[in-house]
Parts: sequence; structure tokens; C-alpha cells
Amino acid sequence: MRNFFRGFGAVFYKEVLHVRRDPATLFFSLVIPLLQMVVLGFGIDTNIRQVNTVVYNADARRESRELIDRLKNSDTFHIWRYVGNDQDLNDAIIAGKARVGIKIPVDYSDRLLHNMSAQVLVLIDGSDSSVAGQAINVTTAIGLDESLRRVLEDRSTLAVDIRPKLLFNPDSRSPNFLLPGLTAILLLNVTTFLTAFSIVREKERGTLEQLFVTPVRPMGLLLGKLLPYLAIGFSELSLILSFMRFVFQVPIHGSVVLLAFLSLPYLFVSLSIGILVSSKANTQSEAIQLAFLTFLPSIFFSGYIFPRETMPTVFYVISYFIPASYYINITRGIILRGAGIAHLWIDGLALFAIGTILLIIAARRFQNKVIMA
Amino acid sequence: MAKNPAEAAISAEHLVRRFGNFTAVNDVSFRVEKGEIFGFLGPNGSGKTTVIKMLTGLLPLSGGSALVEGVDVGADSESVRERIGYMSQNFSLYYDLTVAENLQFYGRIYSLEPARLKRRIEEIVQLNGLAPYLTRLAAQLSGGWKQRLALGCAMLHEPALLFLDEPTAGIDPVARRQLWDLLFELSGHGITFFVTTHYMDEAERCSHVAYIYYGQLIADGTPNSLRELPDVQPQGTLRVEITTPEVTRALRLARQIPGIRSATIFGQSIHALIEDHFNLDDLGDQLLKNGIAVTEIRPLAPSLEDVFVELTCKHQAMLEAARA
Repeated sequence: MRNFFRGFGAVFYKEVLHVRRDPATLFFSLVIPLLQMVVLGFGIDTNIRQVNTVVYNADARRESRELIDRLKNSDTFHIWRYVGNDQDLNDAIIAGKARVGIKIPVDYSDRLLHNMSAQVLVLIDGSDSSVAGQAINVTTAIGLDESLRRVLEDRSTLAVDIRPKLLFNPDSRSPNFLLPGLTAILLLNVTTFLTAFSIVREKERGTLEQLFVTPVRPMGLLLGKLLPYLAIGFSELSLILSFMRFVFQVPIHGSVVLLAFLSLPYLFVSLSIGILVSSKANTQSEAIQLAFLTFLPSIFFSGYIFPRETMPTVFYVISYFIPASYYINITRGIILRGAGIAHLWIDGLALFAIGTILLIIAARRFQNKVIMA
Repeated sequence: MAKNPAEAAISAEHLVRRFGNFTAVNDVSFRVEKGEIFGFLGPNGSGKTTVIKMLTGLLPLSGGSALVEGVDVGADSESVRERIGYMSQNFSLYYDLTVAENLQFYGRIYSLEPARLKRRIEEIVQLNGLAPYLTRLAAQLSGGWKQRLALGCAMLHEPALLFLDEPTAGIDPVARRQLWDLLFELSGHGITFFVTTHYMDEAERCSHVAYIYYGQLIADGTPNSLRELPDVQPQGTLRVEITTPEVTRALRLARQIPGIRSATIFGQSIHALIEDHFNLDDLGDQLLKNGIAVTEIRPLAPSLEDVFVELTCKHQAMLEAARA
């Protein structure tokens, strides 16, 4: 009987030798993702705090200073400078020195004391929509609060008291949100590159052609090449998780075992993408370019940075075909929300289906383009 | 000579391979007997490698059929691969593995039993003289040793037939000589070799040569039988070698003398095809009259290069005639 996986053991052992012979590559493929993680984890804060603000206080009496203190205490605004006229206020925003300009008119305190409506002008640089949104929300809220305080001087409670409670990330820490998503991108990165390289290198060397003249079967060859990199992918996953948990103090609310289990189909997908890339690329530099082509949609359409729900319909539909979308749902689900298999099995299944389809396409392309070339 | 196709090492019948509109191999038939060293020659891009890929099961045939070691390539290429060895022109070795690891890897690929693998590696190491290099990385070997290792890897599983695609391209003359000595020794043990090469001296050493020109086989036979082909040695002509210190001037002159059909320089001599009624002394006189000293004029058997040049010109003339 013909063995469908013939040559698997020999290829597997050889790949392990390659990896062992080149510890530098292994080291860098494991450590560079951690560096990326450090940069993103420490460097990026999606919460909008300490926005540079320029203030023109034409009034300068107690009431106006109280208002400015309240703005400062919100943590959203950082008073960059006080100016003395409208021109300087405008210039500071145009020059990009400040994103928000606040003008308190000369009659602010007078109007308040006479129980008239006092106006405050808030100029906002709208070029960064999230900063602008935050500035509008906070200034409006402070204005409303200030008004209520004056109206309700005699009553101590509000008629309707809304009490928001943040469920899974109570401090709104950015690493908690970013790092589980980043895990998906880094895993994809490492495994796709390693697999694609290991095959393209053999193409360049001519050893792949040699293997096709031996009785090794395509499945034996592909699996023998994939499994060592699956193991590396798993080491990478455990490194990333330990780093996330112990360096960035991101709590893992769900089961780590379940996360490892659901990572299998995702790694399977990444490795298949690697094979697909290598069936097209003939040199390592081509492989790098093609691999990047697959990373970009994973970064932008997977919900890693931009929420999928707010995307234009076309991109929202596309995001369903991005494996990272499902895996990010899995990592955020387990790590942040403590989700179980009952919530996530469908994502795991989707990944498995995508991986199978990709592997079949890759194997066929391999047969047609690589062997027959 | 055995005529049963199953008894030949290779029996190719009307092989055709098309890539889109381009026909890379056009109705090629030949037969290689067991134990032969078969030299397969032709210019670059003429279809040599394509034929090898078809015979080793890498490329499906667009037409025709081929039995390799008695097995139909189209029907059961995996069985063919068990029986053959293949060494490509770029010595397909893993440079980051040692010599021993390369041998072990290829042995495992062919699923040799551990005991047999050990025995075969010992045999190959002894035969190819690889013993001092076993723990060295393949990348650190010189060209000649890389080639010996590649050959060793290709014959670990004791194939009856070995395909060598330009085995001596780019290696030094000593290594080239040693490789051929090795091929003769192995051939003595009954192994068949299918060798492509650009070196005419290597072609002369083959027991059987074939020449492919833009997808068509235009010569097939022993070197001696090819030399006697009427196309190569037309009726009423004679090949001579003229030795002279002034070859360039002599050539220009010789080409103007009626009765000399063609002339080419070979080192310090000119090879000419002359009509046999032509008097050799007249030729010497004519050259002398122009101040060219002639050391020697002697009859010459055509070299294989002469053979291929003549056949190529004939074939091209035929193609042009057909087009006109």
C-alpha cells in the first residue's frame, strides 16, 4: 500500500536540523515580536489624555479660573499656554501647537452673577477625529455639569442618575485592548514568514526539485515542513502570553488551555498562507513582499485597530474573510471577557474551514506551478 | 540488441511536450540500453532538461509514451522514481547540513532500512572518497566534492538508472576527469547513465550519444556510427587537418580556394572538408605561394563536434527549405 505521507519523518527531522543549525534565526523570530510588543504596549495609548490646549481668558476672575481648573482636572486637557488675544489663540491651533483653544469672554463672570447665560468658545482642531470627539464630549459635559450645579444649588441629587460601569477593562488600559489583538498579528507574521522561507529557500537551492524526483509524497513533504514551525508558533504564543500577563499585567480571565486549543486552527491557517506564498514566490525577497501583502488586511480589517462594526459595508464583509478577525475575537474573548468554548466554537470552526481551504489551494498550486514549472 | 521495450533502460516513443503554443519537445524517440553511458547533447533551451523532466515524472507528457526501467512514466511515476536517481546541475544539497546528514536525509527519503542505509552510506563514502569530510557542512565543500556528494545522494538507493544533468558544469578539470572515471567504474557494475553535457570530449567518452536541436532529435547512435553518417561525410569528400603557424591568414585564404567546402580553426591547425579529387599538394603549394608555411597536412576523422555542426546546418537548411 502506498503511504500518503511518505517522507514525512525524513523531512521533519531535516527541518529540525535546519532550525537547530541556525539558532540566530530562531532567536530573532521569537524575540523580535516581543520587541514589537514592548513598543506597542508601552508606547501606544489609545486613550486621549493631556491634549495640548491654549487658553485666552479675557475675564480672568474667580468664576473663569474655576472653569479652567475643572477643565484641567478632567485629565483630557493640558494647558499648554495662556494667550492674551484672539489672534494668538488662532495661531497656536493653526501652527499645531495646541489642538484645542478655549476663549472665555470678558463678561463671563458678570453674566453668571446676573443669572444670564454665559458663553465659552471652544475651538477644536478636527483633523484627528478621535481627539476632536473627546474634546467635544468633555467640554460639553463640563459645561452641562457647571450649569446643573448652579441650577440645582438647593437639591443634592439628580432626577436621573446614569451610572456607567466598564465591564472587562475597568481602567480602560490600552495594553488590555491592544495586546490580545497584537498576538494574532505577531503569530501570523512569524509562522507565515518561517514557512514561506523554508520552502522558498529550497526552491532557490534547487533541492525542492530534487525532492520531487524522489518518492516523497506532497503531503509528507508539506506536513514535515509545517509541523516544526507549528511548534515554533506555539512557543511564540506562550512567550507572548507570558509577556502580556507578567510584563504588561493584562489579566487573563478565561482558560489558557482553551486559548491554546483554539490557537491550533489559527496557526494552521498561518502556515497554509506561508505555503501559498511560497508557491507563488521564487525568491526570498518576493516572499517577503507577498507575505506583507497578506499582513496588511489582517492589520486593518481584522478589528485589531479599527472596530469592524464601524467599517464601511464592503470592508465589513471583507473582514469576514480575514482569519485574524476570528482569532482576535477568540483572544479578546478569552483574555478580556473570560469567554468559554460555548461562545467561541464558531470562530474556531471558521478558522479551521479557512485553513483547510487554503491548504487545499496551496497544495494544488504547488502541484501545478512548482512541480510542473 | 534487445528489441523488447521493457528490457531497455529507457524506451521513449514519440515524446511530445507543449507549453501553450510552444512545442519544447517534438516527436522524440530513442532507446537507451541497460549499462550504457548515454550522452544527451544539444544547445541551451533545446529541450534537454524538459526531456529529463518528462522521463523522471516531473512533467506530464503531452504526447507519446516512455518506459523507464520497464515502467510506464505516465501511469506510475512513483515507481519510476524508486528506480532512478537524479542529479541536477546545481548539486541539490542542503548546505547547512553536514555531508553525513545529507546522505542520511536522502536515504530516509527513499525509506532505506537503518541497517541498509548504514551499509550504503559506508559504500558510497568509500567509493566517492568522502570519508574525510563526513562532519563538514556541505557549504564548505569545493565544487568537485559537492558534486561527488550530490552523486552519492542520488545513488544511495541503488538506482539502476542515473540522470545527470550537466554534472561537470563549472568544476575543475581534475574533478571532471575523476567524475568520469567514477562513471565508468559504476557503469561497469551495470548502472545506466543518462548524462547531458556541453563538453565534446565528454560526449566522445559516451557509449551512445544523441543530439537534440530545438525540440527535435537530429542524431542518435554510437560516436563512431555518427562519424560515418553520409550527411557528415558526404560522398566524394575528405576531412583534413592543416597545421600551420599562421592559422588566421591561412583560414582566410583556404576559404577562397575552390574545392574546399568548409574550414574552421582548431588551435594551431585548420580542419577542412575538401573534395576528394582535390590534390593536397596543390593546397600546400597555394598556401606556400602566399607566404604561409605549412607544417603538415593529414587526413582526419570527423570529431563529434564536426558531426553536430554538419547535422545542425543540414537540419536548418531543411527547415528553411520547408518554410520557403
